Amino acid sequence: MTRFERRFAALKSAGRTGLIPFVTAGDPSPEAVVPMLHALVAGGADAIELGVPFSDPMADGPVIQHASERAIARGVGLKQILGWVKTFRETDADTPIVLMGYLNPVEMYGYERFAADAVAAGVDGVLLVDCPIEESHVLAPLRAAGLDQILLASPTTAPARMERLCGAASGFLYYVSMAGITGSDQLSTDDIAARVASIRAMSRAPVAVGFGVRNAESAVAIAAFADAVVIGSALVDRLAGATSVKDAAERASGFLAPIRAALDARPA
Amino acid sequence: MTKIADFHAYPDAHGRFGDYGGIYVAETLMEPLAELTEAYNRLRNDPAFIAELDRDLKYYVGRPSPIYHAERLSKHVGGAKILLKREDLNHTGAHKINNTVGQALVARHMGKTRIIAETGAGQHGVASATVAARMGLKCVVYMGAVDIERQKINVYRMKLLGAEVVPVTSGSKTLKDALNEAMRDWVTNVTDTFYIIGTVAGPHPYPQMVRDFNAIVGREAREQMLEQYGRLPDAITACVGGGSNAIGLFHAFLNDRDVRIVGAEAAGDGIETGRHAASLAAGKPGVLHGNRTYVLSDENGQIVETHSISAGLDYPGVGPEHAFLKDAGRAEYVGVTDDEALEAFHLLARTEGILAALESSHAIAQAMKLARELPADALVLANLSGRGDKDVHTIAAREGIEL
Repeated sequence: MTRFERRFAALKSAGRTGLIPFVTAGDPSPEAVVPMLHALVAGGADAIELGVPFSDPMADGPVIQHASERAIARGVGLKQILGWVKTFRETDADTPIVLMGYLNPVEMYGYERFAADAVAAGVDGVLLVDCPIEESHVLAPLRAAGLDQILLASPTTAPARMERLCGAASGFLYYVSMAGITGSDQLSTDDIAARVASIRAMSRAPVAVGFGVRNAESAVAIAAFADAVVIGSALVDRLAGATSVKDAAERASGFLAPIRAALDARPA
Repeated sequence: MTKIADFHAYPDAHGRFGDYGGIYVAETLMEPLAELTEAYNRLRNDPAFIAELDRDLKYYVGRPSPIYHAERLSKHVGGAKILLKREDLNHTGAHKINNTVGQALVARHMGKTRIIAETGAGQHGVASATVAARMGLKCVVYMGAVDIERQKINVYRMKLLGAEVVPVTSGSKTLKDALNEAMRDWVTNVTDTFYIIGTVAGPHPYPQMVRDFNAIVGREAREQMLEQYGRLPDAITACVGGGSNAIGLFHAFLNDRDVRIVGAEAAGDGIETGRHAASLAAGKPGVLHGNRTYVLSDENGQIVETHSISAGLDYPGVGPEHAFLKDAGRAEYVGVTDDEALEAFHLLARTEGILAALESSHAIAQAMKLARELPADALVLANLSGRGDKDVHTIAAREGIEL
């Protein structure tokens, strides 16, 4: 069983909704990454999406883009990020970690080499935003090494394509709850509830819903029909002003804890 | 190197030119791109659409554009005859209008009411604002803050045409960032919005569609050469940023194996200085802006900032078909520096009375190099892709002249 399978099985038997925060690696500072990851777990994270900064993040809104720019200015790259995951794994063997970003950094690192190094560091999967299933033949070495390729599905995904995505899902299927960029604030819960229900019925892997989740209230609304809730821009925004490693870690756990509590207090 | 039987058989159904091209975008764009592909495939084979496009190209754009023998320039250079395909004489002053007229028609057939575009030098922004005004469509143009500063005249032209120009302040604040921002707008407003990409980059079907609309340049040129000179040119050249005017000229000649094809990339201060925009000459295969192509990126896979005196060539990627032509050995891609382009600009102005765009001046410089290499009876055809009025301020500033 993979870390993701174990984690989602445990959530299911406990009747809990998963909480998956996103943070950009290297923001607010490179030193804060590992303490922040532990703080997220302490605050109630069931898995973590660790953002790999990219210079041209076409699918991200200003919050994550600016975090990426700051991280790039600090020289953050995949090599360091894998090192941070390795350090995190020394004291956390259970929380799944997904590297989320764009294809070019992985391509430049080299697919075979990345697959080996990522597995050795304790990475569980990758979510490469600009690599749809049609182009994911390039990720074959990653899958062969045991990394989950997290796929995205969206409200604009056509039915036949949705079936294909559900059939290929591994780790979890990430349903983008709106047709916009990360950090957008429209969220129509009613519109997506039915869609997600049908996707969950088809999908080989649990379904996480994200894009537009900002706080406990919107997280609870999504928890009614999703296996897990992803929360990104609002958290990255909260972390951006951190003044120290300690402050960043406290902000991370402080942001997540009330959301965790609200999800757990939700009537099953 | 694989032997290519028919260069006109590309891209395949997935938008691939050999290893390059494809659709590398977020899931939310897959369906809109599929709809666009479906609409475009239907329209491009529809005789009524083709007739509509031909009418617009003739009566609105002013096609065909002539091939002009630059006699005094040729004499000055010494060597082969330099011929110019005069895309600078098109309405709005560049080849860009060939594409925007076509995409605007596609937009109208798809029932879209809002046009968005990205622009570098501003030529594509102007060409988009132009067709939007003519069709009564709302138009928003994304432009890097740095480019807005160096292309003020085109910014004002766009505003006069009724377009909203949105400054992009992220990243390097140039063309690539404008493209990112336009793509975000499209993802968010896809229901009523048509994104007119200005170059042969982006996800499928854009590299194909933009090429098809610009391929009129090469089709005309090929016929004109046969008519005026009784034969095809020995060499053809064009500047390459994203590569739309270049593929426009090259495409009709790809299967004419005796015609040498040379793309002139912006070498800026010189490729060896690192301050350039020569993705094919100095980059390597990667993924940017929805397609696999040659890119300029660092060891972390970050796209690097490029440099060229010409905003329209200041781009760290290049159309995937050019990447394919390079690997197939069908076209050569070489660097032309800022200084060489400026020298060509001045020479053309003084010998022929033509102010070329700084972008096109790279092609003129390359044509001069080719002419020197080739015998006197050889024919070198360069794409004079745009006129230089927009660059007057840049040139004056560079030469320390206050206007």
